[in-house]
Amino acid sequence: MADEVDFDVAVVGAGPAGSVAATLLARQGASVVLIDRGEAPGTKNLSGGVLYGRVLDEVFPGFVDAAPVERRIVRNVVRFLTPDGAVGVDQVDPRLADPVNAVTVLRAKLDPWLSSQAEEAGAFLMPGVRVDELLIDDRSDGTRQVVGVRAGEDLLRTRVVVAADGVNSFLSQAAGLRTKPPAHHLAVGVKAVVNLPAGVIEDRFGVAPGDGAAHALVGDCTQGVGGGGFLYTNRDSLSIGLVLRLDDLLAQHKDAVTLFETFLEHPAVAGYLRDGELCEYGSHLVNEGGLDMLGRIHTGGLVVVGDAAGLTINSGLTVRGMDLAIGSAICAAEAIGEALSVDDLSERQLGTYRTRLFDSFVGKDMTTYAKAPAFLERPRMYSQYGPLLADILRDVFDLDTRPRRHLLGVARTALKRSPLRVKDLVSDGLAGVRAL
Amino acid sequence: MTVADRLARNRFETDEEEPHIQVNQEVARRTGAADILIAVCPARVYSKEPDGSIGVEYAACLECGTCLAVAPAGSLQWHYPRGGFGVQFREG
Repeated sequence: MADEVDFDVAVVGAGPAGSVAATLLARQGASVVLIDRGEAPGTKNLSGGVLYGRVLDEVFPGFVDAAPVERRIVRNVVRFLTPDGAVGVDQVDPRLADPVNAVTVLRAKLDPWLSSQAEEAGAFLMPGVRVDELLIDDRSDGTRQVVGVRAGEDLLRTRVVVAADGVNSFLSQAAGLRTKPPAHHLAVGVKAVVNLPAGVIEDRFGVAPGDGAAHALVGDCTQGVGGGGFLYTNRDSLSIGLVLRLDDLLAQHKDAVTLFETFLEHPAVAGYLRDGELCEYGSHLVNEGGLDMLGRIHTGGLVVVGDAAGLTINSGLTVRGMDLAIGSAICAAEAIGEALSVDDLSERQLGTYRTRLFDSFVGKDMTTYAKAPAFLERPRMYSQYGPLLADILRDVFDLDTRPRRHLLGVARTALKRSPLRVKDLVSDGLAGVRAL
Repeated sequence: MTVADRLARNRFETDEEEPHIQVNQEVARRTGAADILIAVCPARVYSKEPDGSIGVEYAACLECGTCLAVAPAGSLQWHYPRGGFGVQFREG
C-alpha cells in the first residue's frame, strides 16, 4: 500500500490547525500536501481576532516577533451594555505583555505566514483547490479507511488525511463523524474591519505603539439575543463584531444585519469607530456547543482538527478557537507520526489522537468549560445585568444634592427596580463561578 | 451604511458558470425557509421575490455556512465555490 500513495498525508485547509499539522508532519519527514480552496491561504479565513498564542510559540519559538501579528493585548475590557450606555471592568496589566499572552491577528495576513512555515518545513502547498470528497475504502473486514481525496478530476492517494476544513467541515460530515449541530449550539459571527490611523487607535484605547486592547461586550449589544460583541485593536484598524446565537435570533424574529447595524451605532461603541473607514465585512459560523459537540474526531485514515472538530470555547470573557486548533494540530501530528512509523493508520491506532487531545490543555479546557454553553444560555445575562449595574453606579456618581445612602441601600433599591431577584443573583453567581 | 455598501468594500471573484447556492423553491415554500434564511444571512444573499419564491444573490456570499446550518431539510443546496472563486478576504 505505502508505495502506491502520492503523499503520506493530505492536510485539507491551511488555517492555523492545518498549517501547524502540516509543518510538524513535514518536520518529521513525512511527505505532506497542504490543500486550500482559497487562491492563497487566508483568503477564505476569518476570525474575531484574538489569538492566545502561547501554544504557537511551542511550534514557532518567538513567532510574535516574526509573524504578521497586529498588536499585543495589554488591556482587557469587559463591558455590559445598556440600551444607551455601558458599565465595565478594565484591566491594564503589564504582566499580560511579558511574556506575550494574546495578540490580535488578521487571518488574511497571518495564515499565509503559517502556510509558508509549512512549506519551509517541506510541505507541498496546493492553493486554489477545493477538495470535493474523501476517497473511502470499505474493507473486507467491515472497517472503512480513508485513502485519499478527490478534487475535481484529480485523485490524491494518501495514507492519512487531516481534515482542517473549518467549522462547516464537509469532510468529517461525509465520513459520518459529524452530524448537523442543533441551532442552540451555533452562532453567527458578523464582523467589520474599520481603518483608523495607528496613533488614533493608541490614543483612543490608551495603549502604547504595538500594544492593544480587547473589549468583550455583553448585554444590550445583542438586544436580548444570546451572544455578545467584541472590539479589538489591530495595527491600523479595528475589528468590531457581534456573535449571535441562531436559535435565539430566529425565536425573537430578529435579523443579523439589523442587529449588527444597530450595534455599530450604539453610543458605547460608536465613539471608538468615529471617522474610521470600513474596509472589509465578513462573517463566520461559530460552534459554541463545547465538549457536548466534540463527537468523533477520527476514523481509519482520517483525523479532524480545529474548528472542523468543534474545538471552540466561549466562556463569555474569552472566545477561543485558534489556540485550541493549534493544540489539536500538535496532538494530531504526534498521533499521525507514530501511526506512520508503525505503518498502521487504522481507526484503533489513530485513536491515540483523542487520548493525546484529552491529556493536553485542549481537552482539559474543553472539559473545564463544559458547562459554559448552558450557563450562557440563561437569557437574563443579556438584558438585565447591565441596567442593574448602571442603576447602582448612577446612584453613586449622580450627586444631585439629595442626601447619600450607603452602597448597600443603593444596591437594594436598584435590585428592587430590576426584574432580577436575589435568588437569580445567587443562582447565576454560583453557576457562573462553577461553569466559567 | 447598508449591507451593499459594506460588501462593496470586499473583493469577490464570482464564478459565473457554477452558482454555489441553490434553493429548492418547492420545499422552501412548504417549510417557510425564506424567513429563516433572510434572518441569519449577514450578507442578505436571500430575499423574497414578489411571487413568494426566494431570490439568491450568490455573488455576495461570505461563505460562512450559517444558512446551511439552519435551513429546513431539503430546502437548500450550499457548498463552497470552486477553488479560487468567491469572497477573497484581504483582512480576515
